[in-house]
Amino acid sequence: MKNPIIEVHNLTVSYNKRPVLWDVDYELPPGQLIGVLGPNGSGKTTMLKTIMGLIRPDSGFVEVMGKKLDEVRDKVSYVPQRESVDWDFPANVMDVVLMGRYNPKHMFRRLSKEDRELAVAALEKVNMLPFAERQISQLSGGQQQRVFIARALARQADLYLMDEPFAGVDAASEESILELLTGMKAEGKSIMVVHHDLQTARNFFDWIILLNTSLVASGPVNEVFTEQNLQAAYGGKLTVLSQIADLVASKAFPLREKGLQDREKL
Amino acid sequence: MNSLLEFLSLADPNVRFVVLGSVLLGMSSAVVGCFTFLRKRALLGDAIAHSILPGICLAFMVSGSKNPWILLAGAAVSGWLSVAAIDIITRKSKLKPDTAVGLVLSVFFGVGILLLTHIQHQGNASQAGLDKFLFGKAASMTSEDVLVFGGVGMLLLLVVIAFYKEFKLISFNPEFAKVIGLPVAFLEFLLATVTVLAVAVGIQAVGVVLMAALIISPAAAARFWTEKLAVMIVIAAIFGALSGVFGSFISFSAPSMPTGPWIVVALTVFVMISLLFAPQKGFVARWLRDGNNHEKILTENILKALYQIGEKARDFAGSRELAEIRERREFGPGELKRGLRILARRKLVVEAATGWRLTSLGLTESRRVVRLHRLWEMYLKEKIRLKEDHVHAGAEAIEHIITPEIERLLEEKLGFPERDPHNSEIPR
Ligand SMILES: Nc1ncnc2c1ncn2[C@@H]1O[C@H](COP(=O)(O)OP(=O)(O)OP(=O)(O)O)[C@@H](O)[C@H]1O
Ligand SMILES: [Mg+2]
Repeated sequence: MKNPIIEVHNLTVSYNKRPVLWDVDYELPPGQLIGVLGPNGSGKTTMLKTIMGLIRPDSGFVEVMGKKLDEVRDKVSYVPQRESVDWDFPANVMDVVLMGRYNPKHMFRRLSKEDRELAVAALEKVNMLPFAERQISQLSGGQQQRVFIARALARQADLYLMDEPFAGVDAASEESILELLTGMKAEGKSIMVVHHDLQTARNFFDWIILLNTSLVASGPVNEVFTEQNLQAAYGGKLTVLSQIADLVASKAFPLREKGLQDREKL
Repeated sequence: MNSLLEFLSLADPNVRFVVLGSVLLGMSSAVVGCFTFLRKRALLGDAIAHSILPGICLAFMVSGSKNPWILLAGAAVSGWLSVAAIDIITRKSKLKPDTAVGLVLSVFFGVGILLLTHIQHQGNASQAGLDKFLFGKAASMTSEDVLVFGGVGMLLLLVVIAFYKEFKLISFNPEFAKVIGLPVAFLEFLLATVTVLAVAVGIQAVGVVLMAALIISPAAAARFWTEKLAVMIVIAAIFGALSGVFGSFISFSAPSMPTGPWIVVALTVFVMISLLFAPQKGFVARWLRDGNNHEKILTENILKALYQIGEKARDFAGSRELAEIRERREFGPGELKRGLRILARRKLVVEAATGWRLTSLGLTESRRVVRLHRLWEMYLKEKIRLKEDHVHAGAEAIEHIITPEIERLLEEKLGFPERDPHNSEIPR
């Protein structure tokens, strides 16, 4: 593939020795809406976090826009799962969206008027502007989710990774945000979304990653959405892989004889 | 009384030093404590405080002096080691943070006590006063102490102001901070260092044992008053500073009193006041709110009952016996009389020979309540499409909170109806 927006190479990730992503390997085309699908616990969140450098892989590597993530962080934005923070924090909606404008290069500097304008625009896009002054503890789940989306939008990035951005969001808002994402795609941005609804996924995404500990499939929608692939991802039975993962965990067995961290070592 | 005036006049330069020192100590611990509190590391302050003791003792043993700079350095080093130890234990083992905190705290403190006993047995003349670290003694601060601790306190405040928004983000959502490339490890190191320093100077005033209170209490109290982080920090700082002043006043007027416990007493008072009287979140506010709501519902229900009786009898001026009112609507024991007395005080009903009757003011008010009830029933039926026999229960609760604006809106949406779903007239 030419100029992949994300390259994931032989990625293996585990928690307490239990592998939850196993030898995942794919490249993603730029400028597309990419859906990540898979049952609960299949490693979607783990994969996003590894791409974002929040989790260190056991082996393999990730490249974003052909570079190490650290070199392109200001072009990347992330919507974490809503449950990852305590919403009883003393802050209002605007405060949280403005966090998307923080810049590691200007740590002491106060936020500018432009930052505020971008935050307002982002709130407007998710229909949350009327709530700008509302305490975040007084938002509904879907509204909190939209605040997180607005914060990610305020970063003005080229690549967005969103972990279940539509969880708890009502149908009307979901539709308007999907429309928004389509608009962003038209501007050349790449968007990777963890999603649970197969129907909207099929209609909406250009590219699908099907995950169940290992990669089941990655490709254009109509190629990936086959009975066989879906059965493999959602079949319900414990895969051989997950049984082996348990074994590996209980014996603290090394997954590789030597860890391959970086491309240099290949 | 005299001592209070003398104290407040700040005429004695010694008093000035002590007050300034205590204020800065109280403020810096409170400000730093806000972040420990919000990051749910409330007990970290306690662990650091206890872990500082061996550092102070060692610094004294090695240098043989009580120079505040040297002691502070020793305190900072061992405090820092404890933070690192807690961090490593939580990350590398399966122990939960609270277990790690307890473990580190007791080991460090045990060693500290051991060293302290050892020093005291040596009978070194200048050792006297090291045990003040256990309970604190602001009043015995020398001008050099105050300079050092005041200086450190100022530095801490400046660091927090400079990194305010970054500290806010790593407290709320450290993962996002990492993703956007903030140096989270460095910021956490900085925050830990600031906390260690705040504790190291704070125990001068309150001592090891009560230091945790100086870190947590102001933040916990301040959280009751506001939903804005900046405001919370300022309020916490004020609580911390005032408690410092109070503690040093006690030390001044009764030199045998330990300062620490009194500072903590003052802090506890602030916590209690906040817990009880803070607007919105305080107990009293909540209790009043519940009480008000309850009273409003009770009195409006009585008015409604009186109106309905009048409507049926085509006579709103007659007086009604309690039993008659009870027939229309059930009230809890004593509730009906209580409600009527409240209404009488507000001149909405009067007690007549044979019972109670509506005044003209009361008639207007009761008409309003009935009207809201019936309008809302209409709305439930027409717009929300509830079944006729379901609308009454739904209207019972809501009618009490409908504002005039909503009332107007309802009327418009319904096209100014004249009759409710049960075909009763909607009064004007
Ligand atoms: N912090 C953790 N420690 C240990 N195991 C974890 C941790 N987080 C996740 N896991 C395990 O890793 C596996 C993958 O989790 P992950 O959160 O990536 O799944 P997911 O696909 O995002 O699921 P969901 O659809 O429920 O969000 C699960 O089996 C889970 O139990
Ligand atoms: Mg997930």
